[in-house]
Amino acid sequence: MPGLYKDEGIVLKTIKLGEADRIVTLFTRENGKVRAVAKGIRKTKSRFGGRLEPFTQVNLMVYKGKGALDTITAADIITSFDSVRNDYLRLTSGAAIVELVEKISEERERSFPTYSMLLGALQSLALGGTNVVPAFLVKLLSISGYHPQLTVCAGCSRKDGLVAFSPALGGVACDGCRREDHNAVRLTPGGLALLQRLLANDFGQDSDRDATLDLTAALRGYAEYHLDRPLKSLRFLVATG
Amino acid sequence: MAMLYAGPIQDLIDELARMPGIGPKSAQRVAFYLLQASTEDAKRLAHAIVEAKDKVRFCERCFNVSDQDLCEYCRSTRRDPTIICVVQDPPDIVAIERTREYQGLYHVLQGALSPIEGIGPEDLRVAELLKRLRTPEDGSPAVAEVIVATNPNIDGDATAMYLARLISPLGVLVTRLASGMPVGGDLEYADEVTLGRAIEGRRRLEG
Ligand SMILES: [Zn+2]
Ligand SMILES: [Zn+2]
Repeated sequence: MPGLYKDEGIVLKTIKLGEADRIVTLFTRENGKVRAVAKGIRKTKSRFGGRLEPFTQVNLMVYKGKGALDTITAADIITSFDSVRNDYLRLTSGAAIVELVEKISEERERSFPTYSMLLGALQSLALGGTNVVPAFLVKLLSISGYHPQLTVCAGCSRKDGLVAFSPALGGVACDGCRREDHNAVRLTPGGLALLQRLLANDFGQDSDRDATLDLTAALRGYAEYHLDRPLKSLRFLVATG
Repeated sequence: MAMLYAGPIQDLIDELARMPGIGPKSAQRVAFYLLQASTEDAKRLAHAIVEAKDKVRFCERCFNVSDQDLCEYCRSTRRDPTIICVVQDPPDIVAIERTREYQGLYHVLQGALSPIEGIGPEDLRVAELLKRLRTPEDGSPAVAEVIVATNPNIDGDATAMYLARLISPLGVLVTRLASGMPVGGDLEYADEVTLGRAIEGRRRLEG
C-alpha cells in the first residue's frame, strides 16, 4: 500500500541516478535491505547533506509509492561513523563489511541479527578494533546458513592434522581432503585458532598480522564460493591495506 | 528490458543505454528523439562525436583533455609548477579555474579509488603523479605541495588518504580542500558531519 513509513538503517552504498539524485541502499532494522531514491542529494544545498553517506546510521522517513523504488523523504543521523571514513584502513575495512551485507542479503528480508552485527562491526571499527573484517565475515556467514565446520575435518571428520580451509567442504580440512578442493587455502595453526576465537567472541580480538591475512583470504574464498561473485572491497583491502 | 524494436532502433537504444546516467527508459526517449530529428541534426551530432574522439586527447603530463601534446596549463609559463592540484576528472579543473583562486598546475587521476567498485591505484594515473613529484636528476622533491581536490565522499576520501600515505614520506606537503558549510547555507539545517568538519577546519579571523 502506498504511504509513508519510518525505519532506522545503515547506509551500505549509493549510486548516481540521473542529474542530481542517488539510489541509496540501506540495511534497515525493520525492513532488511532497502533501495530508495534520495532526490536532489547531489546538489550542494541538498537538505540531505552528508546524511546518506556509506556507514551512516540514520532515522528515516520513506515514501512507498507504486514504483519499484521507494523515496527517502527525510533522514537524521543517529551515528555518523565519520571516524571510520577518516582512516584509510578503517574505511577499506568498512567497505568490505557493507559490501558483504549488500551481497548476502535479499531485499526486504528483515534480520535483527544482521542489523545488530553490522552495527557492532562499525562500532568496533570506529574504536580502532582489530580483526573486525574476518570476525564479521565468519559471523555473518555463520548466521546466513553457512556456519563453517571448525573443530574436525569437514571432509572426513578427522580431529588432527587440520591444515587448510575448504570453501567447497564448508570448513577446515586435513591434508588429504584439502587436495579434493583446488580452492582450499592453507591455514596455519595460528589462523585456525584465531578463526575459532573470532566466531566465539565479540569483535576486537587481537592477533598477529599473518594470521589475520591468512584468515581473511580463507574467508573471502568461502564467501565468494557461496555468493558466486567476487567481493571487490575485500580484494581491495588485501591488495592495498 | 526485453528486445522490443527491430534491429537498428534497438542497436541505437542499446548504445545509448551504455552511457553514464542513462537507463533503458531514457535511452529509448533519446533514440526516438533522434529518429524524429532532421537527418541534418543527426549527422551533426554523429560528426561532433567522431571529431571530438579524433582531435581531443589527454595531456601527456597531467591527463587533462587537450588538443596538443601538453594542455594549456602545462604549456603556460605563468602557472606555478611547484604546486599540483589533483582532481578526479577534467570538468573539476574547469570548476577550480572558475574560482580564479588557483595558479598552480593540475593532475587528473581519471577517476577515484573505489573499494566498493574494486577500482585500485593501478586503474588511475597515480604512478604518473608520483613521477612528477621528483626531479629526474637526483630524485629530490620537484614539488612543494600537492592539493588533493577529490570529491568529499567515500571514494574521494579513500583516494585522498591513499595519496597522503604515498606522498607525505617523499617530503612533499599534502593538503586537501576544506569541507564545510556551503556559502549561503543555513547552520541549523546542516548535518552533523558537514558541520563537524567545518568546525574542525575553522580558521582565524584577523580583527
Ligand atoms: Zn579429511
Ligand atoms: Zn597538462
